[in-house]
Amino acid sequence: MQLRSRPIPPPSGDKRWRIVEGTMRRHGYQSHALIEVLHSVQESFGYLDDVALRWLAQAMRLPYSKVYGVATFYQFFTLKPQGEHTCVVCTGTACYIKGSTALLNAVESSIGIKPGETSANKKVSLLTARCVGSCGLAPAVVFDREVAGKVTPAQMAERVKAWASEKTQPAPVGEP
Amino acid sequence: MTIEELREIAEKEREKQAQYEHRIHVCTAAACLSQRSDQVKEALEKEVQARGLGNSCQVKGVGCLGLCAAGPLLTVEPKGQLYQNVQPDRPEDISAIVDSLIGPPAEKLALSADLPFFKEQKKIVLENSGKIDPERIEDYILAGGYEALLTALTEMRPIEVIEQITRSGLRGRGGAGYPTGLKWGTVAKASVPLGGTKYTICNADEGDPGAFMDRSVLESDPQRVLEGMAIAAYAVGATRGFIYVRAEYPLAIKRLRAAIKQAETHGLLGNNIADTTFSFKVELRLGAGAFVCGEETALIASVEGKRGNPRPRPPYPAQEGLWGSPTLINNVETYANIAPIIRNGGQWYASIGTEKSKGTKVFALAGRVRNTGLIEVPMGMPLRDIIFKLGGGIPDDRKFKAAQTGGPSGGCIPEQFLDMGVDYEHLAEVGSIMGSGGLIVMDESSCMPDVAKYFMDFCSTESCGKCIPCRVGTIHMHEVLRRITSGEAKPEDVASLERLCDTVKNTSLCGLGQSSPNPVLTTLKYFRDEYTAHINQHKCPAGVCEIKPPQPPGDDERKSKPAEVSS
Repeated sequence: MQLRSRPIPPPSGDKRWRIVEGTMRRHGYQSHALIEVLHSVQESFGYLDDVALRWLAQAMRLPYSKVYGVATFYQFFTLKPQGEHTCVVCTGTACYIKGSTALLNAVESSIGIKPGETSANKKVSLLTARCVGSCGLAPAVVFDREVAGKVTPAQMAERVKAWASEKTQPAPVGEP
Repeated sequence: MTIEELREIAEKEREKQAQYEHRIHVCTAAACLSQRSDQVKEALEKEVQARGLGNSCQVKGVGCLGLCAAGPLLTVEPKGQLYQNVQPDRPEDISAIVDSLIGPPAEKLALSADLPFFKEQKKIVLENSGKIDPERIEDYILAGGYEALLTALTEMRPIEVIEQITRSGLRGRGGAGYPTGLKWGTVAKASVPLGGTKYTICNADEGDPGAFMDRSVLESDPQRVLEGMAIAAYAVGATRGFIYVRAEYPLAIKRLRAAIKQAETHGLLGNNIADTTFSFKVELRLGAGAFVCGEETALIASVEGKRGNPRPRPPYPAQEGLWGSPTLINNVETYANIAPIIRNGGQWYASIGTEKSKGTKVFALAGRVRNTGLIEVPMGMPLRDIIFKLGGGIPDDRKFKAAQTGGPSGGCIPEQFLDMGVDYEHLAEVGSIMGSGGLIVMDESSCMPDVAKYFMDFCSTESCGKCIPCRVGTIHMHEVLRRITSGEAKPEDVASLERLCDTVKNTSLCGLGQSSPNPVLTTLKYFRDEYTAHINQHKCPAGVCEIKPPQPPGDDERKSKPAEVSS
């Protein structure tokens, strides 16, 4: 165990940094916990920005290049802020066979965003996942962390439209 | 914790459960949860209380019941009556279930347990799945859990444990099928660097699209995996273990965390387990959406907090793995098989399955098949039985076209091999692999070159970029497939595709690249007419691809950059 000076204070007084610091402390500020710490930043802030990455590099005594390298290698991490709502369309084989492409097209034609994009009013982000493991219910979509199965393009369009024009409560989706 | 104490816990739990005359088991694994089975459970609890049956009927959340397509599922015990598609917002469903406790079964929702889907299965890995509450270790102990670990620790030497595993003929369930006993033996014999230790890793980075067996095992019976890991650690002499699980499986992560904590408080993980000198700690590591991390050396890099780049083998992780120490890596399903083998002996396990592929295999049935869900069948069951008997055949009276196993590393198996027994050897013979167990059924509405393009798109994006054949080759193969599926290809493109496949297969660094041509090669072999139809007749037989009318020859294809990723 190498000798360490006092932990480097987080970039701002935001309380969410405490959660991140807690994760680092639990792993003894060791470099092998980098991915765990990045998860904790993304969970607290929604995305990884440059300020966070630079601070992590200092606090964990890693080259910035390494932190950046890891953050960009893994598809799960995002360096861009996400919209208020996220909608993750599964593009796994079972979902592909059962028409996940039609779902993506439904979003594009209803609110005009493609996978990886966020609507102009920052309400909805459209993402794709390799497989969410709900193949039995294909095609599956994760609306704000909730998995919905057997989604139809019409339901999909309705849901994202409701989100994009907000204030209105979205209708439940995923049930016949 | 001694074996007597363990039995005491089981006895207490038995008494506790015996208080209840009836039990309603509601599936709370991810698939049923997304169909709001949690609300079904709540509604049932309320109804049971309202009728004053709180003392005689227990409503319990259990793991996966298998038939995800018919969810939310539940069973009423002790009769074992299954019910399907129970909706929380239909009060008549809820009261019908509670009525059935004392009356006849609720006909409308009942699902016969005599269906081939249930009857033809043989459950070893999934034996507790759908029976026990995955969030309570006591329930697992009542089902005989941790007896194998304590027996191994107190009555068997490590070498005897390995002998039993070798005798069982168990092979790695992650896809490659390497004999588990042999792997354990290598790690056990490897010497530890000064001041170091050996590690066991559980590979729960189930990245194959279309596979969800590991997720289901972790969500339904997490303690079984921990027990398997602990037995493995004892056998090879490891003291620390890591479970590398996908971040996309939040429920599995939550249940694993809870399971580790409970096992620690019961003294079944941690220091001096069962008052022996054996200590074993397990930590969780989350993946972050990189398919290549299912490859063992990439996985090790990721556990170390690095980019998930694979490295050349040898040295194999069994000699030099995590932080340079000997490391045992097995898949979730492999570990889930360990406790029953120790409990019943290797001979028992070896009596199931075929000559070279022993035991059972869990498959995730998905795609164009009626009964999508999770099944466990003995090795060697004919593909036809799996798809048409258990799976219930193809919906809408369409025609079967192909079964895809092994995800992006596997191949498409055509109709003429439907009577082939499913085991490691036969699958390899037809150009596919067992893989982790995803089995996706395709009917005539799927276009095979398009499927090949889909997998190549997957591989080219998931390639880590370290070695050139995989990084560049997958993109070029994808480009050729894009040309074929958009009607721009020339007849000679097929030959160049075959050459590319050959190069990438033989010169890539890790399994991702080496196996990425499999979907292309098998579809070229068995569905060549579809390729020719695209190229020569500018037609897509399945009507999937949008093919532009043929253009006069020009050199505008030459300048085309790698195609935009379209999934």
